[in-house]
Amino acid sequence: MRNFGIILAHTYKNRLMSKAFLISTAITLVFMMFIINMDRIFMMFEEDAESRGVEVALVEESGEWFLPLSEQLEPHSDRIQLIETSLNEEEALEAVSDGEYGAALVVQESNDGLPRATFYSDSLAQQFTPMQIQNALQHIKETQVTQELGLSSEALAEIYSPVSFETSTVSDSARSERELNQARSFVYVLLFVIYFSVLIFGNMIATEIATEKSSRVMEILVSSASPVAQMFGKIVGIGLLALTQYGLIFLVAVGSSVVSQEEGEGGFTMIQTLLGESIPLDLIGYAVLFFLLGYLLYATLAATLGSLVSRIEDVNQVIGPMNLLVIVAFFIAMFGINAPESSFITITSFIPFFSPMIMFLRVGMLTIPLWEFLLSVGILVSTIGILAIIGSRIFKGGVLLYGKSSAFKDIKRAIQMTKKE
Amino acid sequence: MTLNITNITKRFGPSLAVDKLSLQVPKGEMFGMLGANGAGKTTTFRMMLGLLEPSEGEITWNGKKIDYSRTNVIGYLPEERGLYPKLKVRDQLIYLGRLKGMAKKDILVEMKKWLDRFKITDYESKRIEELSKGNQQKIQFIASVIHKPELLILDEPFSGLDPINAELLKEAVIDLKRQGTTIVFSSHRMDHVEELCQHLCILHHGSPVVQGNLREIKQSFRNKFIVIEGERSFDFLKNLPGVIKFKQKQEGVRLQVEDEEVAKVIFSHVAKEGYVRKFEVEEPSLQDIFIEKVGTAYA
Repeated sequence: MRNFGIILAHTYKNRLMSKAFLISTAITLVFMMFIINMDRIFMMFEEDAESRGVEVALVEESGEWFLPLSEQLEPHSDRIQLIETSLNEEEALEAVSDGEYGAALVVQESNDGLPRATFYSDSLAQQFTPMQIQNALQHIKETQVTQELGLSSEALAEIYSPVSFETSTVSDSARSERELNQARSFVYVLLFVIYFSVLIFGNMIATEIATEKSSRVMEILVSSASPVAQMFGKIVGIGLLALTQYGLIFLVAVGSSVVSQEEGEGGFTMIQTLLGESIPLDLIGYAVLFFLLGYLLYATLAATLGSLVSRIEDVNQVIGPMNLLVIVAFFIAMFGINAPESSFITITSFIPFFSPMIMFLRVGMLTIPLWEFLLSVGILVSTIGILAIIGSRIFKGGVLLYGKSSAFKDIKRAIQMTKKE
Repeated sequence: MTLNITNITKRFGPSLAVDKLSLQVPKGEMFGMLGANGAGKTTTFRMMLGLLEPSEGEITWNGKKIDYSRTNVIGYLPEERGLYPKLKVRDQLIYLGRLKGMAKKDILVEMKKWLDRFKITDYESKRIEELSKGNQQKIQFIASVIHKPELLILDEPFSGLDPINAELLKEAVIDLKRQGTTIVFSSHRMDHVEELCQHLCILHHGSPVVQGNLREIKQSFRNKFIVIEGERSFDFLKNLPGVIKFKQKQEGVRLQVEDEEVAKVIFSHVAKEGYVRKFEVEEPSLQDIFIEKVGTAYA
């Protein structure tokens, strides 16, 4: 037990201080901050492009549209400047193509006295200005028509107010639409977390063990500490490393989204979409549980496989099938996110190598009986237990095995090493 | 405090690695384990360490079986050298020392002492991969003795070292023995075994072919060796009765004869023929015994 702690600390410290870990964590953090602040970053560039403001020349015959239009465009006066001109349409167009004005707006009256307008500019790529002008004109037109019909503005407001329409379920415990969306995004994130954790940290464990074997330091280690302590010291050490990295990412994500909220940007941030208004504690609990179980399962497998090879180059060969298993689980889960109630998903949620992802998906998105949840977790935990027992036996023999063959027949040889005969 | 190996056999499936080996190593003794490559030395060591389970028989230290609860009392220098290449000497020794149950400050004290003794104090904060092979080996030796083990197992401790460093390590081993450490070691170098061990065992295909006290082994080996040097042919000696082996050398011949009586006969023959520069009857060396028992395939 004492050696378990020493090995754990050694693994954790060495990996934490390694250049590879520091650099990859830094890159992930920068990327995370970029994603979270993406809308603000885009805004920065956009403001730059449109902040100069557009001068729009107004061409009209009656001269009665300038005032109401200017009034309507008042909130955007820093970006749209409406200028009254005495030019005719052709002259105005010329002025626009000469660059004197940014755009020209020609307003005519149709037979029933309603406005009809054409917007001219040298490029149609700009959406903002014509849209605002159109809205303004629309509003003017509506006011004009309602006045002619003798409607009050209250009556108009009533016409435009949206109908009340809500979806709800008859079951008390079923998830509301909003909760379901929340759960879906949560499940998405966790699926990726499990997927990448297994690929990155599983391989890290296998490589770590193969490195110790190839540098032959394993010979000394096995004479000092039991293989079980070594194997689980490594698994837990790397696990803590993973949690450290995710903890950091989470802190930075929450921190930077809080900052952007405080600055009063208002708009939706990633974290808000993810968590909704309140943080779903039960979902976070499930997420942590299934992450840990999934990690333990695959890490035990990776440690076992890593002990079978004696050269780092061979690690990928033995780890390959395990990675494939994770990828399959990932794709099943991606399918399941759109059809969580299909029987295929129900069945696979009890298969230990898939259940960390798929049972979480079901728990997160559906209301499932407690026994199903407990059964799945039970199967998962006992599989981890069995794998740990078999794994530590293979590990014990495997670390003494050296040879170029890295085929799976080595499992048999490794177990034979630990037997009496 | 005796290492007791009682009638152990180790099979890996159909192949037999060690066959009915029994030996005792009393406290403070240095025991030599000899054998050709693949004779079963490393397997025997691994069984002593509890890494492998003997198929039959048992190994005890101080009356009890060796397992992971008692690794603190054992030091092991494996034949295959290896340390963490990226780790500094200091961190390396701290890690390995702590696995043997030492406190960090004790490790640092011992480490200074040993580095000083091996004249490599400058390397304390160097990474292992920056060290020469010989110096890496010294570090690994330190790692196996830093916790002052009662039983020290050294698998080929001097292989790959230059004569000066081999001497340095040999002195360290002798000192440890003087301090009461029980040492078992294997070597291909017969001269080292002759120099260091009172007791030894020669393994051949997993079974002990020679075993016991070095002096007694030599005495019980009745064959003598005769070295004759001179400027003429000694071929006529080849067919004399009692001559077991005849080996032509640069300066003359080396004969293996049944016993001292045969040597006397040969001397009279040689003297009859005339002058020789050298005529010497030698006691058998361990090398001779080894070759005799294990076969000329390995020399």
